[in-house]
Amino acid sequence: MATLVDFRAEKPNWCPGCGDFTVLAALQKAAVNIGLEPENMVTVSGIGCSGKISQYMGSFGFHSLHGRSLPVATAVKLANRDLTVVAAGGDGDGYGIGMGHFIHAMRRNIDITYLVMDNHIYGLTTGQTSPTSDKGSKTKTAPDGAVEEPVHPLQMALMAGCGFVAQGYSGNLKQLTELIEKGIQHRGFSLINIYSPCVTFNKVNTYDFYKSNLVNIDEDASYDKTDRFAAIRKLEEHEENVTGVLYHNPNKQAYDEVLRGYPEQAIAKNDLKITRDEWEKLAVQFK
Amino acid sequence: MIKDLGWKVGGAQGEGIDSTQDIFALSLFRLGYYVSTYRHFMSLIKGGHTNGKVRITSDISGHHGDDLHILLAFDQETINHNFHELIDGAVLIYDTAIKDAQVPENDNVHICPVPLTEMAKEAGSPIMKNMVSMGVTAAIIGLTPDDFRSVVVDKFGGKGDEIVESNIAAIQKGYDFAKENFKASLELPARPEVKSERLYISGNDAVSLGAIAGGCRLLAQYPITPATEVMYQIIKQFPKFGGTVVQAEDEIAAVMMAIGANYTGVRSMTATSGPGFSLMMEALGLAGISETPLVIIDVQRAGPSTGLPTKTEQSDVYTMMYGSHGEIPRIVLTPRNVEECFFFTLEAFNLAEKYQCPVIVATDLYMGMNKQTVESIDFDKFNINRGKMISDEQLAELEKGAFKRFDVTAEDGISFRSIPGQKNGRFVAMGNESDEVGVEMEEPELRVKQMEKRAKKLAKFNDLAGATYVGAENAELLLVDFGSMTGPQREVYEALAAEGVSVGHLSIARLLPFPTEEIKGYIHNAKKVLVTEMNSHGQLKNQLKQFVGGDHNKYESCLKYSGDPFLVNEIYAKAKDLADSLKKEVTL
Ligand SMILES: Cc1ncc(C[n+]2csc(CCOP(=O)(O)OP(=O)(O)O)c2C)c(N)n1
Ligand code: SF4
Repeated sequence: MATLVDFRAEKPNWCPGCGDFTVLAALQKAAVNIGLEPENMVTVSGIGCSGKISQYMGSFGFHSLHGRSLPVATAVKLANRDLTVVAAGGDGDGYGIGMGHFIHAMRRNIDITYLVMDNHIYGLTTGQTSPTSDKGSKTKTAPDGAVEEPVHPLQMALMAGCGFVAQGYSGNLKQLTELIEKGIQHRGFSLINIYSPCVTFNKVNTYDFYKSNLVNIDEDASYDKTDRFAAIRKLEEHEENVTGVLYHNPNKQAYDEVLRGYPEQAIAKNDLKITRDEWEKLAVQFK
Repeated sequence: MIKDLGWKVGGAQGEGIDSTQDIFALSLFRLGYYVSTYRHFMSLIKGGHTNGKVRITSDISGHHGDDLHILLAFDQETINHNFHELIDGAVLIYDTAIKDAQVPENDNVHICPVPLTEMAKEAGSPIMKNMVSMGVTAAIIGLTPDDFRSVVVDKFGGKGDEIVESNIAAIQKGYDFAKENFKASLELPARPEVKSERLYISGNDAVSLGAIAGGCRLLAQYPITPATEVMYQIIKQFPKFGGTVVQAEDEIAAVMMAIGANYTGVRSMTATSGPGFSLMMEALGLAGISETPLVIIDVQRAGPSTGLPTKTEQSDVYTMMYGSHGEIPRIVLTPRNVEECFFFTLEAFNLAEKYQCPVIVATDLYMGMNKQTVESIDFDKFNINRGKMISDEQLAELEKGAFKRFDVTAEDGISFRSIPGQKNGRFVAMGNESDEVGVEMEEPELRVKQMEKRAKKLAKFNDLAGATYVGAENAELLLVDFGSMTGPQREVYEALAAEGVSVGHLSIARLLPFPTEEIKGYIHNAKKVLVTEMNSHGQLKNQLKQFVGGDHNKYESCLKYSGDPFLVNEIYAKAKDLADSLKKEVTL
């Protein structure tokens, strides 16, 4: 059985206090708790401070292009369904440049877990407005305050038919670990949006801010996780400052279960050669 | 030049012109003839003029031919657009259902008005007018209705015997009508023997089969003319081979999926055309630096931008060779006929894994969407070679974390590759520069080492011939081309050689690594080098100047960028002029 040490790779060079440390720790703990082996797990990331997580996680990794982690992760899972695949990145990465892939990965219901380290800002490029930045928030590219409405990723996921929608917070390692475990165990696409403060560039969405504003829905026994509209109402009610599993529908079929031609055995384990007989059958349509 | 017969059918788009062309071509193919086809169509679904040409020859050919002997017109526009192509002694067959048909005056063309629609109605349905016209054609070129039977049975057998028989009856009606009413007769070229290993297949289908035979098991693609057919063919076949197809949300996703699958050890590709290929540029660099195998099929069409979506061009040379920021090793293959579309695609997968880099296979609409006879595709030549993949046993011998995915000491620049699932094989594929184990770094010396490592990979490339030469030793006039231009250009070469011109034909099979060593002798020896290509900048010519050099004044271009494919005569005229000017130089 793998231990935490097995899931440690490079030492992170995030700013001291960055929320992303907790996300990495939670991912490592979740992997251990579930009993994963490092070689059977792939962490795919985009670009950004958050995107560096694939290098720090001791699984196989792919540090891809800005916004493009989801198509890579999708293909990794399709290529070898025996792997556990986690995609991870920032809000700029996932909801800005990668927004198209986000919606389509949910439509496909590919069996991967998507962690978005949402700091409401672009960290690596030193503090510009992100798609989740609050309206009016002042950044280097919005000196008078952002004029755009922020995107609402959780609501979008609920509307896009995502079967597992949750939100975590870097100030609560225990809950975040549980959320990631549940997300990985969910068969299908799972979104976990994580409030992960950028201590260097975001002076508004700080640990203190979240401490006084977040509502933990996992503590509310009366909340019905299977009611999509209840989830939307909850988010509206608390201006999205909710943590926990907002929605879970375990009954949706995952992409590889419905995709035409998808074999029982992982594609990566298939023999590549075709036989003379198979060739002749292919060729006959051109005779 | 090859003795041939050119046949063309035209009508409104959506009127079954494609299937009429296909029935005719396939029937002649089955009789043993070599066929080359060309589909002219527009970026519309219904309405608008479309036509399909079939050239029948007694030997293999890579061009649909300049001459038109039979024009079959279902509407007035077909006559208006194509009549002028008919040569002396040719035949126009048109449907008398065309009201007040206007036929240009030309005493050298036999005019055959036929009540195609009416006879089709009598046979059961007006849609059978194409069958009636097969009968008319048969009578004129000395075939019998029975020569079309096997194709009719294959196409309509599924709908029941009755449908088959009424189609055969329609052919008979046309045949009888023509025998009775027209004296016109045309000779087919000599009939070759029927050989079962021949295929009648398009470049797109050949690419698809090459991919399957090459072990590709995941295709991620976004629809675009003229590459979409690759997806159609593969999606049909993959369930039998344990593979799957994803219709991606866009080309960026498609190429990233292909990269992701290759990283995981599954051979994967994407196919696209110019606009989609442009979107893939950033990913091309990612495959290069992360040393992930990748195969991209670029079925070129006329650009820039969406340009002419249904017309052909060879104008992605620069993008394929230089596109994407930064510098990466890459291989660009340019199949010159449909058979090479198959084998180059198959081989692309071996090369991508051997060199752990992107391989681009460049075809074009002309070769991609049009069917031709292929002499044979030899199963014994199929091979799969996965390159330097590290085994579980090799990994077990290493200390934990010691696996150097990007080992710079590899003399050929190619280091061992592990895939997810392999114990002890952990690494991170990265778009950022990394050290030997794959950790991000910016140290200048290490960076230089990694750049040099990647550059070494292709330095000694000799897996595939980069060019083919035929012709006189020390030919004064050298004809050069690549891709689909090799077919027509070969005919030009043969015509000039027959006239006694000192001529050679060099066709380029690979743009990268550029086959400089293989070709420079021919180029340096020639007095004039005529480069024929379908673009306006002379993109291939400019590569020759750059890689082979010599006196730049000896390079000449023969260019076409109207969207229509070259006629052999257009190239011949230019080449002949050059040959004559060389003769003058000698006498002066
Ligand atoms: C195509 C492209 N455009 C722009 C960039 C520059 N870039 C790198 S990271 C980044 C934003 C990162 O923001 P976010 O995803 O929120 O991650 P964070 O750094 O905040 O964790 C940008 C714009 C890039 N790498 N690639
Ligand atoms: S800039 Fe912000 S997001 Fe990036 S490492 Fe520092 S604190 Fe974290």
